[in-house]
Amino acid sequence: MPNRKNTRRTPLTSRWMWLTLVPLYLFTLVLVLGPLVYMLVLSFETRADMWGVIPQFTLANYQNIFQPVYLNTFVQSLKLALLCTGLILLIGYPFGYFMARLSPRGKKFMTAALMIPFWTNSLIRLYGWIIVLRSGGTLDKVLMALHLTQRPLKLLYTYPAVVVGMVYALLQFMILAVYSSAEKMDWSLVEAARDLGASPAQAFFTVTLKLTMPGLLSGVILTFIPSMGLFFIADILGGNKVVLVGSLIQDQLLQAHNWPFAAALSVVLMLLTSLMIGLYKRVTHTTRLEGLL
Amino acid sequence: MSQTILQLQNIEKSFDGTPVLRGISLDAAAGEFITLLGSSGCGKTTTLRIIAGLECPDAGRVLLEGRDVTDTPPNKRDVNTVFQNYALFPHMTVAANIEYSLKLRRRPKEEIARAVAQALELVQLTGYENRMPGQLSGGQKQRVAIARAVVNRPRVLLLDEPLGALDLQLRRQMQLELKALQQQLGITFIYITHDQEEALTMSDRIAVMRDGQFVQIGTPAQVYDDPLTSFVARFVGSANILQGTVVAAEGGLVTARVAGCPVCARAGQTEFRPGQPIALALRSEQVDFAPEGSGIPAVVKEKSFAGGMLRIALELPDGSRLVASRHGIDQSLAPGQKLCVRWAPEAAVPVEVDD
Repeated sequence: MPNRKNTRRTPLTSRWMWLTLVPLYLFTLVLVLGPLVYMLVLSFETRADMWGVIPQFTLANYQNIFQPVYLNTFVQSLKLALLCTGLILLIGYPFGYFMARLSPRGKKFMTAALMIPFWTNSLIRLYGWIIVLRSGGTLDKVLMALHLTQRPLKLLYTYPAVVVGMVYALLQFMILAVYSSAEKMDWSLVEAARDLGASPAQAFFTVTLKLTMPGLLSGVILTFIPSMGLFFIADILGGNKVVLVGSLIQDQLLQAHNWPFAAALSVVLMLLTSLMIGLYKRVTHTTRLEGLL
Repeated sequence: MSQTILQLQNIEKSFDGTPVLRGISLDAAAGEFITLLGSSGCGKTTTLRIIAGLECPDAGRVLLEGRDVTDTPPNKRDVNTVFQNYALFPHMTVAANIEYSLKLRRRPKEEIARAVAQALELVQLTGYENRMPGQLSGGQKQRVAIARAVVNRPRVLLLDEPLGALDLQLRRQMQLELKALQQQLGITFIYITHDQEEALTMSDRIAVMRDGQFVQIGTPAQVYDDPLTSFVARFVGSANILQGTVVAAEGGLVTARVAGCPVCARAGQTEFRPGQPIALALRSEQVDFAPEGSGIPAVVKEKSFAGGMLRIALELPDGSRLVASRHGIDQSLAPGQKLCVRWAPEAAVPVEVDD
């Protein structure tokens, strides 16, 4: 066997090499699977009177979610997430599409321009939006200087402010997902469609949109799921007016000290998001999310 | 000649200031098979894209059935293309690819079904309706691309090196099939290739292209037997180009001095004056070996066997090279051997030197 020496040297087939994978598995078990199981168990336990939990099985936490006030929070969160995802799709798809048609230099520049803001902490960037949106802030000053408005708009701590913050925080995921799909596309297919009699719009809907659909859907997943849970954006830009599932969980955990209920809310949120990913897999027949390499 | 379908009038095109097409003109008749022959980068594909409407010329006009379509978008032209990489829609079945253009035209369902079945039969792919392009071999993709382009019965079909990616055997077979298909459909074909054998086999006329210009347009016989320039002679006939000086011209023949020896060539319509420099194109298979003292003395430099032909490289007294070829493996020649070469007077053609 002439290959024997090489085969032996191949790292993963070597006898003891599996040991190097042990830290990885340990890490996953202890820090990912462990907390998940703990959360699941916690969600079926009873809340103690003062602090902590009593190890007594109950379904009360899940029943609790069906109270109108909490159910409404879920509905509100879903509505906001849908609105934000829709807006992000409308802005992000054309953005990613045209970015894929730039010259190689243009592509590099745009990728850098998209990534650089994310070197700054997201909370700090959110505080930046406070400066822009607050009464008499940058936006108001500009609008009033242009005589487009007479008095401050008082945008901060409103629903639109939360939407703006969400769209801003998640837009890049959609752009990059669509971009990576459109970048791989063979543009001669669009020419073939045109050659066969398709107008620019027909070529877009029958070819381009279909072939960038994996990117579009993964962009939807990548923005919809986080927008269900990004409680700090609603907290910072929405004041107390916009309560989302994320903020509800945080409140239950840190303010009300109702850990089992917080755990039950988290489990339901996770089920909802898993459902979304399952749908994505069904539609696209892939397990990979475009744009997340 | 039958009616003209396609006319190119002085087309010019530059990309980023680099001229790609320098004023080309061409008339294509209905049902004609025209090949654009040239090496890569000569402007063949750009010409095709301008006819298809995927590119706009900087100057000149494109006329389709007498109508100026220079500024007409590709979807409004009765022209279809078989792309070099096939450009099949990967997310559609074979049938969906083929019926694409018919669906856009909102043809009735039964008509579409009939046309698709017919097109598949034409390219011998009946039964492949529901395959995805990814499940097809190169040759099958090629056939689908052709079926998709002809299903609409365009006036002109453009083919951009459609057989370039296929192996030699399949290529030969597809060449014959394409030619038969073209005759069956009666569609004008504008065909691109860099393979002179393919061009000679299939075309009614060949347009030899070089640096964005047509050097010669003619039937395969004209281009092969009467090359206008040394480039055409070399590119199409792999001919030798011999430099010499005119000695005399009379009776349709010209006598010239090549490598110190008098030789004869066909004069054609050209007027020659004694003392004028002349270039002669001579194909390798037309070089004869002669007994010593009756032609140009030559020395065998090397022998090689390729494609069923023995190629013999010879050196003439003035140091220039001449290639002769023979069928089969000729054992009697060895490098260093001295012999004489000659040819029938009509075998040598005076050409303009352009390369």
